[in-house]
Amino acid sequence: MSLTNVVERKRPGLSVTWTRVLILASLLLIWEAWLRLAGDTIVIAPPSSIVNALFTQVLPDPEIRGAILLALLEVVAAYALAIIGGLTIGLAVGSTNFSRRSLYPIILLLYAIPQAVLLPLFTLGFGIGPAAKIAFGFSHGVFPVIVNVVAGMRNVNAHYLRAAQSMGASRGDIVRHVIFPHMVASFFTGLRLAMTMTLLGVILAELYVSTSGVGYFTKLFAETFDPSPLFALIGTLALMAIGLNEIVRVIERRFTRWKGP
Amino acid sequence: MTAALQARAIQFAFLGALLVAWFAIGRTGAISPLFLPPMEAVAAALVRLVQTAEFWSAVGTTLTTIIEAYLIAAVLGILAGWLVTRSRFLTRVLEPIVSGLFAIPITLFFPVFILMFGIGPESKVAYGAAYGFFPIALNTIAGLIGVDDRYLSAARSLGVSGFGLFRHVLFPAAFPVILTGLRIGFFICFASVLGGETISSVSGVGRNIALAAELMEPARMYAWIAFVIVAALVLNALVSALENRMRSH
Repeated sequence: MSLTNVVERKRPGLSVTWTRVLILASLLLIWEAWLRLAGDTIVIAPPSSIVNALFTQVLPDPEIRGAILLALLEVVAAYALAIIGGLTIGLAVGSTNFSRRSLYPIILLLYAIPQAVLLPLFTLGFGIGPAAKIAFGFSHGVFPVIVNVVAGMRNVNAHYLRAAQSMGASRGDIVRHVIFPHMVASFFTGLRLAMTMTLLGVILAELYVSTSGVGYFTKLFAETFDPSPLFALIGTLALMAIGLNEIVRVIERRFTRWKGP
Repeated sequence: MTAALQARAIQFAFLGALLVAWFAIGRTGAISPLFLPPMEAVAAALVRLVQTAEFWSAVGTTLTTIIEAYLIAAVLGILAGWLVTRSRFLTRVLEPIVSGLFAIPITLFFPVFILMFGIGPESKVAYGAAYGFFPIALNTIAGLIGVDDRYLSAARSLGVSGFGLFRHVLFPAAFPVILTGLRIGFFICFASVLGGETISSVSGVGRNIALAAELMEPARMYAWIAFVIVAALVLNALVSALENRMRSH
């Protein structure tokens, strides 16, 4: 981080943070007050009763806890598969100019398809259990990894490659010592996007299959016009999503710090 | 040139091999026709499908939903971007909130949209607009922050202020960045409207795909999916052509 950055960051300090807290707090207050005084609590619940529902209805229920935990496991499994698959396919596609030119457009073509319309196909092929959700999360997450791995391999400075070659490096040496380190920044960008997409895929599949899991409970609460536990459940899952995104961001920062800004 | 030709040849060979494999599977029955119906059956279903009135009414519903959602997202996104960048302080306070909210999968709130707007197209308009809003707002903020201060002081010294400043200086200067947001926003809108229709709806293209799956009519479902894929590719080509035109002006 450069000196100007440090100075820039120090100066606004507290006032920015406090204004932000103040804005968010007053939004919550307005939300609460509006619903208490005039609002329609059949559709939206005030924050106080959402928090209440979280601790009385959502978290104590072992079935809902199980559904949340299962969704988390599905995201983790789909994400791991997306990284492994994306890295493998990306390295294969990006390894030579020729394979990149011929195969990369096919990948981009597949990436452009709105995958949500394939959801019924996934449940047809994998059933309505966790397998379909993991597969759908994987198919969302794998593309950003492939695209960023290929992009990262492509931008390697030709001088570095020539230098390594002239010093007698083999193809494997070059991949290990030149291409991999160079790919890191782009690869981690791919990992961050892949987390967002995997979450999207798993949640879409969870909501589509409403006979079990998180989708069952959201549908149940929505159909019985019970917004408090609905918001509590959604809020819990949103926190989970934010947490997973943050973990990936922290890892990204750790591994790309050496490159500098 | 020959390398480019070779690459093209491989792409066509790849797609051709996929089609041949699909045809062969249909002939030999290696995969259950319930999961992968024969190519001829899908082609026949597609031909039958486009001749029905329901097809065009479903396409019409989805198109209207996408257009409404996108217009709302574009207007609110640009407006929000402008309001947030009215002062540097406000930008510093609000920009992280907007980008932080974008990190939450909006799909989680889909049941709330259904609860608030019902199961008809209105909930899909709201859902698509909510998804499209963020990239447009974030790019508008980024674009407006990047506008050279000299343009602003020049315009101010000529007596331009308020909306005139936005209309004649800020917006044109930030336009290239906003355009990127408008493109991303459009495709997010497109995908989320179709996704919303697939998950829970009573009409539209997505609903018809889910319905065909529920009724165990795989040929019909594949015909719909083929239509969506072609439509997505055509839209992609159209949007990038439009974007290039707008950028060159």
